[in-house]
Amino acid sequence: MVEPVLVWRRLVGAQIRSQFQYRLSFTIDLIGNFLISFIDFLAVLVIFHNVTQLGTWRVREVAFLYAFSSISFALTDLLIGHLDQFPQKIRDGTFDILLVRPRSTLFQVIGSDFQLRRLGKATQGAIVLAYVVGALDIPWDAGRVAMLIVMVPSAIVIFGSVWVVGSCLAFWTTDGGEFTNAFTYGGNFMSQYPVDILSTWLRRFLAYVVPLAFVCYFPALYILGKPDPLGLPRAVDFLSPLVAVGAAAVASVAWRFAVRHYRSAGG
Amino acid sequence: MIEVDELSKQFVVRRGRFRRERHVVEAVRGISFRVERGELLGYLGPNGAGKSTTIKMLTGILVPSSGRVSVAGLDPSRRRIELARRIGAMFGQRVQLWWDLPLLDSFELLRHIYKVPPDRYRASLARFREVLELDPFLHTPVRQLSLGQRIRGELTAAMLHGPELLFLDEPTIGLDVVAKQRVRDFLVEINRDEGVTVLLTTHDLGDIERLCNRLLVIDQGSLIWDGTIADLKERYGGERTLVVDLEEPAPPLELPGARVERVDGPRQWLRFRGSASELTSTVAASARLVDLQIMEPDIEEIVRRIYGGARRER
Repeated sequence: MVEPVLVWRRLVGAQIRSQFQYRLSFTIDLIGNFLISFIDFLAVLVIFHNVTQLGTWRVREVAFLYAFSSISFALTDLLIGHLDQFPQKIRDGTFDILLVRPRSTLFQVIGSDFQLRRLGKATQGAIVLAYVVGALDIPWDAGRVAMLIVMVPSAIVIFGSVWVVGSCLAFWTTDGGEFTNAFTYGGNFMSQYPVDILSTWLRRFLAYVVPLAFVCYFPALYILGKPDPLGLPRAVDFLSPLVAVGAAAVASVAWRFAVRHYRSAGG
Repeated sequence: MIEVDELSKQFVVRRGRFRRERHVVEAVRGISFRVERGELLGYLGPNGAGKSTTIKMLTGILVPSSGRVSVAGLDPSRRRIELARRIGAMFGQRVQLWWDLPLLDSFELLRHIYKVPPDRYRASLARFREVLELDPFLHTPVRQLSLGQRIRGELTAAMLHGPELLFLDEPTIGLDVVAKQRVRDFLVEINRDEGVTVLLTTHDLGDIERLCNRLLVIDQGSLIWDGTIADLKERYGGERTLVVDLEEPAPPLELPGARVERVDGPRQWLRFRGSASELTSTVAASARLVDLQIMEPDIEEIVRRIYGGARRER
């Protein structure tokens, strides 16, 4: 278990070293990412400028949801965001090289890039979260702290699994990046807002099909001490880690299946 | 080392812009062959003949449509990771080194990916540095290397973990004469000294002639030749030429089993089949011989003839 992490660190370390060869461009990217992500948050504020509540949610509560989703998504993006460029590997056949090495191909794809500049977005989420947590006056008990600890890793795994399943499509379409983006970047956007304001079919879709409701919504209900407006039992709030494990299992099976359909490229 | 039985691979291709028709392309059609440990063999065929597809099935990159493959006793696509530890692969046209990093950093990363023990890594790296003369560019980023330097780096990368079997897809493509020779010498050396089995595809017939004892030729997905180069020449090459320099100009020699093709002063060109030593002694008996030279049929010509012949038969 530890050894792959060490190898991943070496792979990623190498990527970071090569990014630092272009220092100026790196710095500009980092600052740009940090600033641009505030525009997202601005959208939340614009909504509340016009309405005072979204369903049962007040502005600070939505900001809490927003901040959690942002951090989780930014960290996922940092770890595996380069899956966006993955279809290129399929198209030009460079995926071949990963297949002749004695490691899982998914592991190698994940270790093939690491854009440190994406930390900018996570930093922005952290700032919003720190502010909101201070403003919300949450009674921090053992259960809430435990939830706080598990929710970000669970969210990363769920986001990541959706991303991986979407990327599997590239094995057939050799492209299809935009379709995947609808679920990844789109999913991030959805999970910044309370699920209960959505229409029933979309809500079900997010709870049962693409389990993004478990990314932030249910854990946030628990931490904020809000009753579920949809009347689901309290236990559902704690399902995120299990859903994360399940999503990862589905992603891993889908990936294996997809790799067996790899067609390589001529030459 | 390699066992292939009735191996086939089909690709489904859709053509047309609006009405997409389904076409099945048979890249490899039921080929069978065996490779023993320690062989150095060439795999030859025109573009699109199925060479790369075969290699990709042998290395676990592609899953066969039908047939059986066993490499080092393993089914490549099912036990890919196990197999990857025991084989090395180099694709002349794909870069497997890290583009922005110094060459040495790529080797370091590969050492960890392949879990090569430190002392073994040091020993083999030291050896490749010497044999392939890597030292002048070991700390240069890969993107700044010349093609010849990069290929030497790629070969090292494919061999660092000490594979028993090496697959090379056009290893000498685009290299100049000197670089080509260095690569060929290296392959001969690892094959001879370490008993590494080498299977290489190439368009360069020089590679085949200098390196390989045995040759597989594939065309349109079917194996059309499996045998030694000598046999190939015997079968398709036909006649060889004996060039003799006599002491003084003479009329065309009349000898059994040979005919004179050309005369230029004291030099005569004799086309013959069969044993050269027999013919040489008959020449020596009938004229005063100063020097002689045997010209083998051009392998390029032979290969052209096989491709053509196989197509006609089909």
